[in-house]
Amino acid sequence: MLEIKNLHAKVGDKEILKGLNLTIQTGEVHAIMGPNGCGKSTLSSVIVGHPSYTVTEGEILFKGKNLLKMAPDERANSGIFLAFQYPIELPGVGMAQFLKTALNTKRKFLGQDPMDAVQFMKYMNLRAKALDISPEMLKRSVNVGFSGGEKKRLETFQMAMLEPDLCILDEMDSGLDVDALKVVGQAVSVMREKHRSFMIITHHDDLLQYVKPDKVSVMRDGQVLTTGSADLVKEIEAKGYDKF
Amino acid sequence: MKNQSDILKVVNSPYKEGFETDVESEYAPKGLNENVVRFISQKKGEPDWLLEFRLKAYQKFLTMKEPHWLKGDYPAIDYQDIYYYSTPHKKAPKSLEEVDPEILKTYEKLGIPLKEQKQLAGVAVDAIFDSTSITTTYSTELKKRGILFCSFGEAVKQYPALVKEYLGSVVPYTDNFFACLNSAVFSDGSFVYIPKGVQCPMELSSYFRINAKQAGQFERTLIIADEESSVSYLEGCTAPQRDENQLHAAVVEIVVRDRANVKYSTVQNWYPGDKYGKGGIYNFVTKRGLVLNNAKLSWTQVETGSAITWKYPSCILKGDNAVGEFYSVALTNNHQQSDTGTKMIHLGKNTTSTIISKGISAGLSSNTYRGIVKMAPNADNAKNVSKCDSLLIGDTCGAHTIPVMVSSNETAAIEHEATTSKISEEQLFYAMQRGLSSEEAVGLIVNGFCREVMQRLPLEFAIEAQKLIGIQLEGSVG
Repeated sequence: MLEIKNLHAKVGDKEILKGLNLTIQTGEVHAIMGPNGCGKSTLSSVIVGHPSYTVTEGEILFKGKNLLKMAPDERANSGIFLAFQYPIELPGVGMAQFLKTALNTKRKFLGQDPMDAVQFMKYMNLRAKALDISPEMLKRSVNVGFSGGEKKRLETFQMAMLEPDLCILDEMDSGLDVDALKVVGQAVSVMREKHRSFMIITHHDDLLQYVKPDKVSVMRDGQVLTTGSADLVKEIEAKGYDKF
Repeated sequence: MKNQSDILKVVNSPYKEGFETDVESEYAPKGLNENVVRFISQKKGEPDWLLEFRLKAYQKFLTMKEPHWLKGDYPAIDYQDIYYYSTPHKKAPKSLEEVDPEILKTYEKLGIPLKEQKQLAGVAVDAIFDSTSITTTYSTELKKRGILFCSFGEAVKQYPALVKEYLGSVVPYTDNFFACLNSAVFSDGSFVYIPKGVQCPMELSSYFRINAKQAGQFERTLIIADEESSVSYLEGCTAPQRDENQLHAAVVEIVVRDRANVKYSTVQNWYPGDKYGKGGIYNFVTKRGLVLNNAKLSWTQVETGSAITWKYPSCILKGDNAVGEFYSVALTNNHQQSDTGTKMIHLGKNTTSTIISKGISAGLSSNTYRGIVKMAPNADNAKNVSKCDSLLIGDTCGAHTIPVMVSSNETAAIEHEATTSKISEEQLFYAMQRGLSSEEAVGLIVNGFCREVMQRLPLEFAIEAQKLIGIQLEGSVG
């Protein structure tokens, strides 16, 4: 699904990723762990093509295609979704309208017919019900006036709506209470399928109590130091990152 | 997407109504003098009283100076280098069959239906091509209810008493430089009369198009809603793409009598000039309504075109309990300059007014809201609420809000609220991560920003206006 080779990236003049290698297989739930400032969030930003970051060396292949040549919207339509750590507010843009535009843009990209308003509402209400998102929340503007927990639930809802192949969750567990964590964890469990991969970026093991990863990679100073099984999580909890 | 420069790219798009129609036109001699005024009046076969009105206005015009207080710059206008009258055919057509097919094609290209069988149900159209009204549809059907809807020239012939009574009653020829010029040389326009107690069963619509080179357009619209009547009136405008600036100085007068209700909507899409600021329409317009007891006048405008827009649709709330509304979206891009707003003059008791203005600026444009709310000494318990929001795209454009509030009555209340926001790179990126192109993202955000005004427009107009905003913003981000 995702293959990253010798990736170097900087923001401004500061190099943050320093020769990072990472492979995520199709159907795999892969946790990326590491201390603050190790470059975890930069990695997710580079994958989705955030304009503030410049890649200076290396390559990223997504389903065999050179990702670095694609614009951010093309990457999204090809199947990459990022659940933001800090979701951005879009005042005046209703969630339903936003998602309908996004979904139909993706369908067009894939050569499918657009969904009409009736089909879309049916589809959206079904997904909303499954994730316990109230119709009231969907009537409001995207991310405007929601609590941190609600915003993150809405990120997972958008993820479920757009059915991506690679879901990147950037520090979804920061600032979430136990109930919200459970909801996010459930969403991932429901969406976990053979053809879909997850990259879960996290600082500690809160979310991983609800989502059991297949693989764990530990990052430090812009590189992946080691990749192992879910047991690595326990090791990190017991001994901290200094061991690596 | 590369930072700020990307946002700027979405705003530049070709003007889609910029084609020219090849028809034979008859012009008045170029320039302005008493003979030209007489020429226009004679061509239109006007009665003496109307010629006198024009000549009085012309004499007054000679003593007036072009005002320059708008926030913007433009080179001096040479009033002798303009054709004040241009008409695409020598005789007025009696029916659609007699209209030059080239002109009918023009309206077809613009999506304006003139053949009644093809019309959107419930919209009657008066189409003005340069100086002359081409056709007024549905007027026979409207006449059955006593509603008069025709070109201004036709009204002068058919209903001279009504025109004489109301012409200049809301905007006198002495009012301002451009209204005075219009009073001297106005060519055609629309006339509407809704009789007492009649609710107009369909939207009435005028479509204005400037085609001839170096011609000005000076139309005059007069709407009279008699007691307890109601009407919704729509106005649309386009012009071909030309290198020189063209002058448009219109006057709209509306009389809303006791308990009547008038809704006036405009989608203004005159040619805005190219991306270097060359060409485009100078849109200097005077629009005003007189609102009597318990009556209501509502202005809704979506202004996306013109090199310069200078217009302040206003309400004189003369009667007690009169209501005035102004809902506006003004979008400027490239070198466009827009200075628009409203005047709400509260004279009667318990009068109320609402002002909602949404300004969107991109490119190197300048977008100003300018308004006056005035509470006269007798305006007991009068109320105004104003909300002016500006949205900036990129950081080379300007947005300004200049509200003036004058209250001479202690019981009157004025509320004013203003905000300025900017479409950020982070917002665009977020939307693009969901698969939207930057154009779609800007379109969604801009349409969200002005939804409050757009939803006031009749449905077909709202869809057209939304598309227009999308087109105008193409290329401002990338």
